[in-house]
Amino acid sequence: MNNQLVNYLLHLADNTLILAQRNSEWCGHGPVLEQDIAITNISLDLIGQSRNFYQYAAILIGNSATENSLAYLRTEREFKNLLLVEQPNGDWAATTLRQFFFSAYQYLLYQQLQKGNDAQIAAIAEKAFKEVTYHLRWSSEWIIRLGDGTEESKDRMLNAVDELWRFTGEIFQPAAYETEAAKNVCGADVSALQKDWLKKVQEIFEEATLSMPKENIYMQRGGKDGVHTEHLGYILAEMQYLQRVYPGNEW
Amino acid sequence: MAIRKYYYGDFGESATGSASQEEKQSKSHVSSIGHDWPLWEIFIRSKQGLDHKHVGSLHATDAQMAIENARDVYTRRQEGVSIWAVESKYIRASNPDEADSLYDPANDKAYRHPTFYKLPDDVNYM
Repeated sequence: MNNQLVNYLLHLADNTLILAQRNSEWCGHGPVLEQDIAITNISLDLIGQSRNFYQYAAILIGNSATENSLAYLRTEREFKNLLLVEQPNGDWAATTLRQFFFSAYQYLLYQQLQKGNDAQIAAIAEKAFKEVTYHLRWSSEWIIRLGDGTEESKDRMLNAVDELWRFTGEIFQPAAYETEAAKNVCGADVSALQKDWLKKVQEIFEEATLSMPKENIYMQRGGKDGVHTEHLGYILAEMQYLQRVYPGNEW
Repeated sequence: MAIRKYYYGDFGESATGSASQEEKQSKSHVSSIGHDWPLWEIFIRSKQGLDHKHVGSLHATDAQMAIENARDVYTRRQEGVSIWAVESKYIRASNPDEADSLYDPANDKAYRHPTFYKLPDDVNYM
């Protein structure tokens, strides 16, 4: 079993699952019905991506591991998602900005993964790329609308930038399993994506009349190696409740 | 202050498509969103067929958002390959009270149906 590849797949899967779980908290609470559906559609896309990565990881792990055991029966320290995706929804500005930061990263990442030499990862990335293209377009629209909107919407977007920017540095600092995956040409060199990511953010921020944050802001890190903010435990408690209380229960 | 719950379709019926003054003054965050978003009629063209069919309506701040909302609300199950959005206030409807004078006179004019002709094979989409 290739341990680093499994870790890499879990990282990709956890990112999408935790963000999907966060977005799904909006279900029934969206600001308007249409956006309620939009954000839950995005959740479903992301859950689909995480399932693909978990299924592949489960095959490599063997020992009766399944996509379900990986999603529902691992603990906080075993989750390898970015700190960004576990941050609370806050208001609509924070939710759309979190989605924008993540989708802009996925947009670049999945382009690289499609070119990789692992056929399975490449195929997942190819399918997911279309979804991500839409997520990026949808979230960009909201950054522009709120940033260049009313005084209040701009304030809210500026607060969201203040709150979330510190979690964006981690994306581009490779964990050991990412370095290994990049070396074996089945993953992407995330540090090389940062330049294009910043360019995209700058482009949208400019249109949204938002100024870029200062460069020397301290960046939080740890999620990729299982050291999370306080929020992840609560997410898992809710998400895993059913399987923990009724092990093996099915629909 | 009395709390009013809002449901989909509560707005857009009046000429301006917006809520009353009293409601506008309540600044409570969640309930104030969507008050004055205009209503849009959505038309979808399916993979089969050349016509856009009316599928329903939705709220959006402008045409761009109307298209995106329509994509999320009305094309989730592969219903279509093209979307039209028209702001509802621009739709002019016939008056149901005039149905008798508008439509009944066509009842007994069978000769208006082109059923007496043979169509050439080259004619498509008839």
